[in-house]
Amino acid sequence: MPFLPFVPLWREVMERTHQYALSGYLIALADDELILGHRDSEWTGHAPILEEDIAFANLALDEIGHAKLWYELAADLLGEDKTIYPDKLVYFRDAAQFRNIQLAELPKGDWAFSTLRQYLFDAFEALRLEALSQSSYTPLAEIATRIRTEELYHLRHSQAWVLRLVLGTEESGRRMQAALDALWPYARALAAPLPGEADLHAAGIVPSSAALFEHWSSEAIAFLQSANLSIPSSFIPHPSSLVDSRRVHSEYFPALIQDLQAVARLDPEAQW
Amino acid sequence: MYGADVEQIAIQLNEDPQKLADFEARIARGEKIEPGDWMPAEYRRQLIRMISQHAHSEVVGMLPEGAWITRAPSLRRKLILLAKVQDEAGHGQYLYHAAETLGATREEMLDALLDGKAKYSSIFNYHTTSWADNGAIGWLVDGAAILNQTMLARCSYGPYSRAMVRICMEENFHRKQGQEMIILYSQGTPIQRAMVQDAITRWWWPTLMMFGPHDADSPNSGVLIRWGIKTRTNDELRQEFINQLVPDLQACGIVLPDPNLHYDEASGNWRTGPIDWDEFWSVLKGNGPANAERMAARRLAHADGAWVREAAAAYAAKNQQQVN
Repeated sequence: MPFLPFVPLWREVMERTHQYALSGYLIALADDELILGHRDSEWTGHAPILEEDIAFANLALDEIGHAKLWYELAADLLGEDKTIYPDKLVYFRDAAQFRNIQLAELPKGDWAFSTLRQYLFDAFEALRLEALSQSSYTPLAEIATRIRTEELYHLRHSQAWVLRLVLGTEESGRRMQAALDALWPYARALAAPLPGEADLHAAGIVPSSAALFEHWSSEAIAFLQSANLSIPSSFIPHPSSLVDSRRVHSEYFPALIQDLQAVARLDPEAQW
Repeated sequence: MYGADVEQIAIQLNEDPQKLADFEARIARGEKIEPGDWMPAEYRRQLIRMISQHAHSEVVGMLPEGAWITRAPSLRRKLILLAKVQDEAGHGQYLYHAAETLGATREEMLDALLDGKAKYSSIFNYHTTSWADNGAIGWLVDGAAILNQTMLARCSYGPYSRAMVRICMEENFHRKQGQEMIILYSQGTPIQRAMVQDAITRWWWPTLMMFGPHDADSPNSGVLIRWGIKTRTNDELRQEFINQLVPDLQACGIVLPDPNLHYDEASGNWRTGPIDWDEFWSVLKGNGPANAERMAARRLAHADGAWVREAAAAYAAKNQQQVN
C-alpha cells in the first residue's frame, strides 16, 4: 500500500477565520517590505560610494525577497497558487489597497534619511521577527527564523552607518538630526496593529505591535541618544488615528505604485 | 639573448632590453605577470587604461538597467535585475582593485571618469526606452562582453585574468536571463513581440560596435596582442558574436535591421552590411544619445555623496585617534 501523502496539519488545526486573518496580516507585512525595498532599490547606481550601491541593492533584494515569502505564505492560506498570487497582489492592486505604513513609502530623501529610516525599520523588524519565530503557527515561525538572520545583518549595517554619520562631521550630524526630526512622527505607525492582529495575537500566532513598539522605542531612543541625537519631544500621531495608519497613504504613494506597476499593466494578460 | 625586434622596442619604449626580453619570454611561456613583478611602463599604462575603462563601464552600466528596477513587471524579474545590477557594482569594485595593484588609486580613476578624461563602453550611452531593452542588453550586450572577457580571462596580467574568470561566470547568468526574456516575449502577446523587435532593432548595431574599430583602425591592438593582454582581434570576436546570435535571433522570428545580412557559404560566416563608424566615433567622443545624462548622473551621485564620504573619513579618523 502506498504511503498516504503528507497532509499539513496546521491547515486542519488553524481555524478558518484565523487563516483568513493571517493572510491579511502577512500581506500587510509583505507590503512594508516591498515598499521599503522599492525605495532602497532607487539608490542602485546613485549611492555615495560603490560599496553602498552594493549594500543598498542587497537590502532591496532581501526586503523584496522577504515580501515574496510572506505573499506566498498568504497565498497558501487562501488556497491560491503561490506562483501567481504574489504578482497579482503587487501589480494589480490599486494604491489604496496596499497596507504598508507611510514610513516605508516616503521618498528616499538624502543618504541620512534613507539610512536612518532603514535603521528604525530594521530595529523594529528584528524584534517582530524574534517574536514571529516563536509563533504557534509553524510555517510562519520557520520563515521568520530564516528572514531574521538576514535582517540582523541589515541592522548591523544601518547601526554602523547611523553612528558614522551622526558622529562624523558637523554637516553629517546636522543632516541626521534633520532626518530623525522628519522620520520620528512617521515611526509612530510601527505601533499600529496589522490587519487581524488582535485575534491572531490572542491565539498566540503573532505578537502585539503595541508591545513591540514599547520595546523598540526604548531601545531605539537609547541607541540614538548614545549617538548624540536629540529625540523629538513627542511622537505626533500621524495620521490622526493609529488604527487607520495602514489604510492612509502619503501623497507620494500613487506615483510609487504607478511606477511599480507601469510595465506589468501594459499587458495584464502577458506572462512577464 | 634577445632578438633585434625586442631591442628596437626597448629603445622605442626606453626600457632595458634584457628585462624586456625576460618579460616577453615569461609571457611566451604562459606565465602570469603579478603586481610586484617587473613590467614595461607601457604595459602598466595600457593595463590601467583598459582595466579602469572596464571598471567605469560596469559603474556607468548600472544606470541604463538600474532605471528599470522599480518598474520590473514581476517579482522574479525584479529580483533578477536587482541582483544583476548589484553584480555590476561588484564587478566595478573588483576591477578598481585590480587596477590599484598597478599603482592607480580609485580616486584618480574616478576623477578621470568624472572629468570626462576616461572612457567607458560606448554602449551605455544609448537610452533604455522599453522594458524589453533589459532583455536585449542581457542577451546582446552581455553576450558580446562575455566574448571579450573570456579572452581577457587568459590575459597575461594575473589580477585582471583572475577578475575576469569570476566576472565571466556571473555575466553568463546575465546573458541567460536576457536570452530567456527575449525568447519568452518573442512568443508572447503582440505587445511583447513588438517590444522585443523594437529593442533588438535599436541594440543590434551598437552592440556590434562594442567590439571596437576594425583591426586596421585599432591603435592599441598591436602592443596588446604582443604582450598577451589581448589574444584575439576585434574583428575575430565580432564575427564570432554575429555567427552565434544571427541564427538564434532569427529563430525567434526577429528581423535584424540589416538588409545586407547574409550567410557566406564559402567562409561559413554571417556577413553584415557596413557598420556606421561615424556613429561609433561620435558616441565615443561624447555625442551619443545619453552621454550627457550618464555623466550627469555619475557627477550628481558623486557630489551628493561627498558629505557622506567626508563623514565616514572623519569618523574613521576619530576612532583611530581613540585607538592610539
